[in-house]
Amino acid sequence: MNLTLKIWRQKGPQDKGQMVEYKVTDISEHMSFLEMMDILNESLVANNEVPIAFDHDCREGICGMCSLHINGEPHGPDRGITTCQLHMRTFKDGDTIYIEPWRAKAFPVIKDLIVDRMAFERIQQAGGYISVNTSGNTQDANAIPISKLNADLSMDAAACIGCGACVASCKNSSAMLFVSAKVSQFALLPQGKVEAADRVRNMVKQMDEEGFGNCTNTGACEVECPKGISLENIARMNREYLKASII
Amino acid sequence: MSVLSSSIARKVAMALSALFLIIFLVIHLAVNLTSLFSEDVFNEMSHFMGTNPLIQFAMQPVLIFGVVFHFVMGFVLELRNKRARNVKYAKFNGAASASWISRNMVYSGAAILAFIVLHFIDFWIPEINTKYILGDMSGVLPGEEGYRYFEELQHKFVNPLRVGAYVVAFIFLGLHLAHGFQSAFQSMGFNNKYTKCVKNLGTIYSIVIPLGFIIIALCHHFNH
Repeated sequence: MNLTLKIWRQKGPQDKGQMVEYKVTDISEHMSFLEMMDILNESLVANNEVPIAFDHDCREGICGMCSLHINGEPHGPDRGITTCQLHMRTFKDGDTIYIEPWRAKAFPVIKDLIVDRMAFERIQQAGGYISVNTSGNTQDANAIPISKLNADLSMDAAACIGCGACVASCKNSSAMLFVSAKVSQFALLPQGKVEAADRVRNMVKQMDEEGFGNCTNTGACEVECPKGISLENIARMNREYLKASII
Repeated sequence: MSVLSSSIARKVAMALSALFLIIFLVIHLAVNLTSLFSEDVFNEMSHFMGTNPLIQFAMQPVLIFGVVFHFVMGFVLELRNKRARNVKYAKFNGAASASWISRNMVYSGAAILAFIVLHFIDFWIPEINTKYILGDMSGVLPGEEGYRYFEELQHKFVNPLRVGAYVVAFIFLGLHLAHGFQSAFQSMGFNNKYTKCVKNLGTIYSIVIPLGFIIIALCHHFNH
């Protein structure tokens, strides 16, 4: 298939940047979206042009590196997938495809389609962990009774790969789905309850300092999340935060 | 305002003021509905609400604070949220993942604010003028018998333009509530096995309450 691509090009963090039009031909419908980008880059290199910078790593939907806002949606029009899992058969011959970086003040563009997602790392560092002595005397986790339901809910929350699609899809650029998943995965388990109050306070504080917007419960993040993280996590984070603030 | 320094605290404050206004709307509708069935009951209730010191000097200021807070906070949050995305997308397909209503609460809110201004000019300001500036707490027009409230109410709904404005405003109120009702519960951390029930209740509420007000406005317009 032949496609017209409108891609955000930006030389560096200080550059103003603009949308640039490219044509790609003979694209197989079996290709992944990133493979199509690879082909475009090969042709740019062959013409002595600077290739388009975009994030990618595992290319099997588990690392959370690939981003791309495709035709107005994070990871493109399909549901429950990352961009590396998006196939060209989703599009039709002759389509025009808009490809942009995640847009949020807290995710500044580094180059072209790559954004700096260190804000997520700093939120994690603020409390997304449990303080466990790993010197060899750690208690066997299976010795601690945990209900099946909570174990499952915690695992579901832990499925978050921190890709940032929630922020990209949210009209407010809110990071609450990400933060709530990280808060929930620990808050649901006995090991995480010990530091639950400090964790939620510190992570929310860091989230606010990074300049993310505020959640208005539109639910866009849940729909666009490649790992199906539920809005229930945001409600849980709100509960945890209220509990930590009042008690 | 340091209590409201965190994003979640602001969310909860919006939700609490919303739930307060949701309860207020039920009371307001209940009182208004009496006007369809009995002129006397409506007059008595209006006089009670308009002259009872507890309602006038305790509940009324709380209500005004709740309304002002909800609007100011709503607009402030919208502004802050807009600032969180300093470069806009060339293409943003918001409809793919969220309803129009949930994405445009600020516009339905602005329409409701415009209505409240009209509503205050129509009813609240004349009431305050009569009672506290002219000092007439009797609720009776000079030279007439019986309370004035029912007559004043009917008189307001003679003009079809005003009735039309009220109907449109209530449609926006319905849209605002269709998202806002369940959103308030979610913001306060309420999302569990009863959430489906809350969502259904929200849908019923967002239809029944505005429809009730619309029916009252239309009845008085056509029965006058």
